[in-house]
Amino acid sequence: MRKAQLAGLAAGISFMAMGAAQAVEIEYWQYVFDSRVQAMDQLIAKFEAANPDITVKQTTFPYADYQTRVVAAKVAGQGPDVVQLFYGWTDQFVNGGLIKPLDPAVFPHAEIESDFFPIVSAMKRGDDYYGLPTAVRSLALFYNKAIFAEAGVEPPSNLEELLAAAEATTKRDGSGNITTAGITMDMAGQDHHWWREVLVRQNGGVPYDADGNVAYNDAAGAAALKFYTDLQTEKKVGLVGFMDEGQAAFRAGMAAMTIDGTFRLGAFAGNPFEWGVVELPADANGLRSNYSSYFANAIGATSEGEELVAAQKFLQYISSPEAMQIWLEVVGELPARRDVALTETNLADPIRGPFLKGLEYAHTTKFYDEAAQRQTSIDMVNRVLLEGQSIEDALKQAAEAEQAIIDQARQ
Amino acid sequence: MASANAISQQGPVRFWDRLSIGTKRVIWAWAFLALPIIFYAGIRFYPTFQAFWLSLTNWDLLRPAQFIGFANYQKMFADPIFWKVFNNTFLYLIIGTPLSLVISFVIAYYLDRVKLMHGFIRALYFLPYLTTAAAMGWVWRWFYQPVPIGVINGFLSTFGIPQQPFLRSVDQALFSILIPAIWAGLGFQIIIFMAGLRAIPNTFYEAARIDGLGNWAILRKITIPLLKPTTVFLVVFSSIGFLRIFDQVYNMTSNDPGGPLNSTKPLVLMIYQTAFSSYQMGYAAAQTVVLFTILLIVSLLQLYVLREKK
Repeated sequence: MRKAQLAGLAAGISFMAMGAAQAVEIEYWQYVFDSRVQAMDQLIAKFEAANPDITVKQTTFPYADYQTRVVAAKVAGQGPDVVQLFYGWTDQFVNGGLIKPLDPAVFPHAEIESDFFPIVSAMKRGDDYYGLPTAVRSLALFYNKAIFAEAGVEPPSNLEELLAAAEATTKRDGSGNITTAGITMDMAGQDHHWWREVLVRQNGGVPYDADGNVAYNDAAGAAALKFYTDLQTEKKVGLVGFMDEGQAAFRAGMAAMTIDGTFRLGAFAGNPFEWGVVELPADANGLRSNYSSYFANAIGATSEGEELVAAQKFLQYISSPEAMQIWLEVVGELPARRDVALTETNLADPIRGPFLKGLEYAHTTKFYDEAAQRQTSIDMVNRVLLEGQSIEDALKQAAEAEQAIIDQARQ
Repeated sequence: MASANAISQQGPVRFWDRLSIGTKRVIWAWAFLALPIIFYAGIRFYPTFQAFWLSLTNWDLLRPAQFIGFANYQKMFADPIFWKVFNNTFLYLIIGTPLSLVISFVIAYYLDRVKLMHGFIRALYFLPYLTTAAAMGWVWRWFYQPVPIGVINGFLSTFGIPQQPFLRSVDQALFSILIPAIWAGLGFQIIIFMAGLRAIPNTFYEAARIDGLGNWAILRKITIPLLKPTTVFLVVFSSIGFLRIFDQVYNMTSNDPGGPLNSTKPLVLMIYQTAFSSYQMGYAAAQTVVLFTILLIVSLLQLYVLREKK
């Protein structure tokens, strides 16, 4: 009797020990952004409820340090199991051995290609996919309804109407200084995407050729740059640095229009005025374009064995339709799966609709070093606005600088 | 066996006992000194020499470092941005250091004579030194904005003076950043100068007055020469500070760090971007070696120029 009890006890203990051995903890890394962290907390709670043997630890870092932390962790041999990365960092992460390709047995290619928006191809290197997005982002034109109503204008649908609306909504003081901008000008924000993927194309050019080399140093690029800098120099409807940042100016109700992305919806939700969203303006021929980007989730290179299995399960869950719906509600970013995104409710939504329509004709720039490439656009505009350099020279210098970055990265 | 043990235990004790008190003191002193020396060697010197080695490699954090000779230095010296940044760094130094020293000396000189609310005024001057550079950078960044929110431009426009671009100008931005940087360091320099002024014996001044010297002559012949050790310290200290300026620049131009068009970028910010934005660790190390050399030369030069003449 006693022996049996003891045996039972021993069995119980060993069973508990087994249970403990099966409980896997995996680490998930992303950068700090309030709504993203909250959304991920919800997803982790749901995932853990469905998979009691797996715990997920979320670690976050400030955006500015994020890449450095991931790289440093890899050097120290303690990387995350699932890691979030911007699609434009994929080359660096793959070349640096920070992430491993997704196992096609768990993530079948045919399924990825049929279910996700085609921009997911930016995560493919050779025959392998290196990550899957939960959400995708696109750009749209935000406008302040109160300022528009006051000026008696309608939200613009093309560039000509954009200029007219900007002129009608700009307010100036006695000395001609702008006190309310018609449109924000912020190359450090989203404007460089607008210029690169939208304005250049609308002027008949392409930003990059088929091999990924800079191709905007032509008449189309010059026309696009002139259109942009004219907003400040000729039309005087915007001012680079007005209210420090474009989004700050719009948020403060001091700018009638701003071009920004889905990720800004959360921040603008608290604006003390009514605002609306329309698609990025078309050109005179009705041509529209957009820039789409996303953060993908990938599996860390150091994840092995049962942690790898758990990481794959977690990645499957956070790329599932359910997770995308939660992400849409909490963060406001658009689902990366077509059937979750393009529902009638979403398309009819006055806020989400314009962004979703933008996804259909969006381009995704293949960045090599996003910060450095953006800097070339910032400098190009600054040379025209601050140093009076000619449009052609500014464009040529920017094209050369950006090509040098691309060449360096390909070495 | 037991006796052998006793002898070997006594051995070192006897050796220690045989030392003179002076020698023992030296040994103790070195024992205590060894700790910071080992710490310094591990934390400071080893990484410094490592940086010299890294500057000859193409290390990018991810792949193992490969020796590439002086390629980083060639690239750096051929890069116009490096020379722009080099120039900026020296502008911060040669404007910032003298200006901040003159201002802080004048304030300290007169504050020393103020009896009314002396402590309060001194605290007011010291306050900015205690403020976080990041917070201060942001406040000044907003001061410099165009109307309707920029305080300075708002002030200018009420007097009908045209708006100034400040941080949005390739000519004014560096000075716009330098002003808060100087202001932030003033408190510390004033306190040190006042301590130096107080340390000058009163008898010197009394003797000078009896000899009929005026205020200007006293200042020139007594105060300034006797303040030399204080001045040397502050010149070196503030020069190194301006050569390493980073916080103010980064926080006041974070949308376009060191901009517009690199007009405010100091060497430290360039190193930071090369290392932690582009991950070119070898290239960043080469820039660090240049900064190290500049700091070394400037410090040695100042110590030489301001040395005690015997």
